[in-house]
Amino acid sequence: MNKSDIVRKILIGLAGVVVFVFSGISFYQHRHLKEPVVISDGVTQVKKLGDYFEGIKGSVNDCNLYFLEGAEPGGTMLVLAASHPEEPAGRLAAWLMAENGNISKGRLILVLSANRSATLVTRPGGAYPPDYTITTPWGGRKFRMGDRWSSPLDQWPDPEVYIHYPSRQNLAYVDVRNLNRAWPGRPNGTLTEKTTFAFMELIRNEKVDVVIDLHEAELQYPVINTIVAHEKGLDLATMISMTISDFEGFSIGTEFSPKNLHGLSHREIGDNSEAISLLFEAPEPFLDATRGITGRKQLLEGKDEFVVKAGKHGLLYAPIDENGWHIDVRVGRHVSTILQTFESWNESNPGKEVVCTGVPRYADIVKNSTGFYLKNPAGVNPLRVKYE
Amino acid sequence: MDTLTTIISVLYYALIAFIVVLIIYNMIKSKEWKKEIIYIVILLPFLLRLFLLK
Repeated sequence: MNKSDIVRKILIGLAGVVVFVFSGISFYQHRHLKEPVVISDGVTQVKKLGDYFEGIKGSVNDCNLYFLEGAEPGGTMLVLAASHPEEPAGRLAAWLMAENGNISKGRLILVLSANRSATLVTRPGGAYPPDYTITTPWGGRKFRMGDRWSSPLDQWPDPEVYIHYPSRQNLAYVDVRNLNRAWPGRPNGTLTEKTTFAFMELIRNEKVDVVIDLHEAELQYPVINTIVAHEKGLDLATMISMTISDFEGFSIGTEFSPKNLHGLSHREIGDNSEAISLLFEAPEPFLDATRGITGRKQLLEGKDEFVVKAGKHGLLYAPIDENGWHIDVRVGRHVSTILQTFESWNESNPGKEVVCTGVPRYADIVKNSTGFYLKNPAGVNPLRVKYE
Repeated sequence: MDTLTTIISVLYYALIAFIVVLIIYNMIKSKEWKKEIIYIVILLPFLLRLFLLK
């Protein structure tokens, strides 16, 4: 090896070090970004998931549980956001409720980071933005973009085949880290299985009546713009769907939870607890296989010319045009569907009502934007600011 | 199961470290600049995993 070879190798090596340092800093900052939640006066206590299962205590998935409790007794609702953190509308919808909601009757438990590990990573090779900023009247609020699966830094390696517990159904290997393929979980399983087991303990111990799992889907996926309901919740889902389609300015359908597809919240929570389990899907063109650039703008505006073109060829299960599916529309859909769930539930369950006020509905969010309803963490009592 | 999972994870990280050493060794021994660049490119994801960054 002569001198010029050594110099060349050093230069190429240094270039590699530069790329490693810059990418490493970006990944580190993403994993450690603190997201403030300015909890509303309606939040009466903030617990941890580890309070319900020792095996998750202190782990990356020991997430916050925001309890909104009314003065009058009633039913109990649980809203799970960020089962799949690459679907941000559900997370933002729950965020709006945590920062604005008040419960006068019954109880509401909000989870903003159901799979917190998956909020700390983006899809390898997906070129996803590490974060996105929601514009507010007082500035911007930055949120972590996440992934569908728990971070490999927290659960790794994956098996050749994922055998779901307890059904022993064979699923795709990568779904061993998918929270919505790991219900009902087990106490001695993987991090993801322990997380769902902890949620099952929460549901059983707090006697939750209805569990709502918030999601978004690509437009090429047939289960979209819909409520997927366990058979115990079909009447409720149908009532929600009809009422929303009549009064809210958007339509949403209902789907049966397949009995033989295991690991999903709408199936396993209903099967393994007294609770009714519902899963809401909103459209997210950013996730489509035929999408273009995966930047912050595309994520928030929900516009993509390639997905529009796919629609013109009849390849989509939801409509899309040049206006796309803006994040405000997607957040508004979720918030209104949650509120309508409470209202439809209350009509048929006297004595177990959950009455929620202070939360904007679809038309308000579309008109004013999501950011309009996010509170400024500066200048409020620090005890009212929690971090995800 | 926790113990078994931990052992498997440690073995995988040891494997990653071994591959990192192999890639660097091959990069040093290589005589073509194109191959040297490729070695550096494929080294990056292994380093990011080894240092618990991605």
